Amino acid sequence: MEFFTWVVKLAKLYMPTFLSGAGTTMLLAITGTVIGFVIGLLTGIVRTIPITENMSSGKKSLLKVVNRILTIYIEIFRGTPMIVQAMVIFYGVAAATGVPLNRIGAGILIVSINTGAYMSEIVRGGIISIDKGQFEAAQAIGMSHWQTMRFIVLPQVIRNILPATGNEFVINIKDTSVLNVISVGELFFAGKTAAGTYFRYFEAFFIICVIYFVLTFAVTRILRVFERKLEGSDVYQLETKEEPLDAATGN
Amino acid sequence: MQQPVIDIRHLNKSFGTNEVLKDINFHVNKGEVVCIIGSSGSGKSTLLRCVNLLETPSGGEILYNGKNILDDMHDTTAYRAKLGMVFQQFNLFNNLNVLDNCVVGQVQVLKKSKEEAEKTALQYLDEVGMKAFVKAKPSQISGGQKQRVAIARALSMEPDALLFDEPTSALDPEMVGEVLRVMNMLAKTGLTMLVVTHEMGFAKEVADRVVFMDKGVIVEEGPPEQIFNNPQNERTREFLKRTLEKF
Ligand SMILES: Nc1ncnc2c1ncn2[C@@H]1O[C@H](COP(=O)(O)OP(=O)(O)O)[C@@H](O)[C@H]1O
Ligand SMILES: [Mg+2]
Repeated sequence: MEFFTWVVKLAKLYMPTFLSGAGTTMLLAITGTVIGFVIGLLTGIVRTIPITENMSSGKKSLLKVVNRILTIYIEIFRGTPMIVQAMVIFYGVAAATGVPLNRIGAGILIVSINTGAYMSEIVRGGIISIDKGQFEAAQAIGMSHWQTMRFIVLPQVIRNILPATGNEFVINIKDTSVLNVISVGELFFAGKTAAGTYFRYFEAFFIICVIYFVLTFAVTRILRVFERKLEGSDVYQLETKEEPLDAATGN
Repeated sequence: MQQPVIDIRHLNKSFGTNEVLKDINFHVNKGEVVCIIGSSGSGKSTLLRCVNLLETPSGGEILYNGKNILDDMHDTTAYRAKLGMVFQQFNLFNNLNVLDNCVVGQVQVLKKSKEEAEKTALQYLDEVGMKAFVKAKPSQISGGQKQRVAIARALSMEPDALLFDEPTSALDPEMVGEVLRVMNMLAKTGLTMLVVTHEMGFAKEVADRVVFMDKGVIVEEGPPEQIFNNPQNERTREFLKRTLEKF
């Protein structure tokens, strides 16, 4: 019975802390995913620019250098834990400039570039998986590479990678917990605060656990509804004011 | 003599060490329908793709209205907009409905207003009998319908010539007719057409000239009566015998 008493007590006592922690967690996850998505989109686009024969050599080598740098960025951020990246960036910037970073700002920065590295690969895969015929048909009517991307390819890619992006968002809700190492006041940090005062770790983190689950569960459901909306309608309306379909085929 | 719309001179194309096109020479005059026939792998698609620069030729000249477009590769997009292309696999833009498939190029490439572009698009969609389907997505219509929309999309750019790469080869047999009928009608309106096809009936009936390709070279070229009734070359005779035997 003691367990429930403490859960209720802590929940009452620390409700504002928990709520503000959950708020910060959602803020970090949302902005981090959105900015990371944009970073991933841009790097993914650059990394799939075809190097063609009739490109000037200056343009070719510039593209190769940029690609190299982007690859290094992606490898490093996918190849090291975010908890370590947080320490290195937060204390590294402070040591280099003498001014400590704003903690929330640092958190958003870290989540964004980390998500960007993953999204870049997702976007690149998405672009590669678009049928070559889509590119060729766009080229054949005289569209530039950028026009092809903007009006034909990216709309299809974004729709295809939406589930993967939603997945990144859910991962970010959970993984922003590592930012407690640089004392960002997110949900896990709120749990530590509540637990520490009465040394009630189990009860405090049980509450935290429930809140995390509610957040991810709700977000997953909302994303699913959103996806289904984007699918669009299965039926279309025939525009037949004059006569029914297929008059011209003469079948 | 009038100047051809497309004049191909000594065109070569290699993929690595594989020489796919060898010293190709031929031309298409304004208002002409030229059919290219030949067995699979003989380089017909590659030739068509070289003509609108989806592939970069390894050598030779492509004169478009007398100007060699390979001299100056900067304005390839403007050149491509002047040549329509109809693909075997249709390649309709999957994210756009039937109408927007025919509008996007006009607005983005030709810089027309949306209203003007839609008017043009509807006119051509009507011509191919697909006006009723403007709101449909490509995944919601049949193969024959897709190909007719693809033709309307190409026509909406009001090109100087239309290139077709086996436009009926990916279709179920019962849908071949509706596409051939549209192409037949276009030929009658005086559209300049370069058509790679296995439909010998179409070539015989509609073409002004027929080009027979084999292993990357043009073996024989002439009016359909000559190619089909009195072929000069042994390889042409053999190909026709093999092809027509199937029917
Ligand atoms: N992108 C490519 N890379 C290498 N070889 C190719 C490529 N495209 C076509 N080929 C080769 O060129 C030859 C001619 O192909 P293609 O033009 O498609 O013939 P057709 O259209 O007459 O069937 C084939 O041997 C094919 O393997
Ligand atoms: Mg082919």
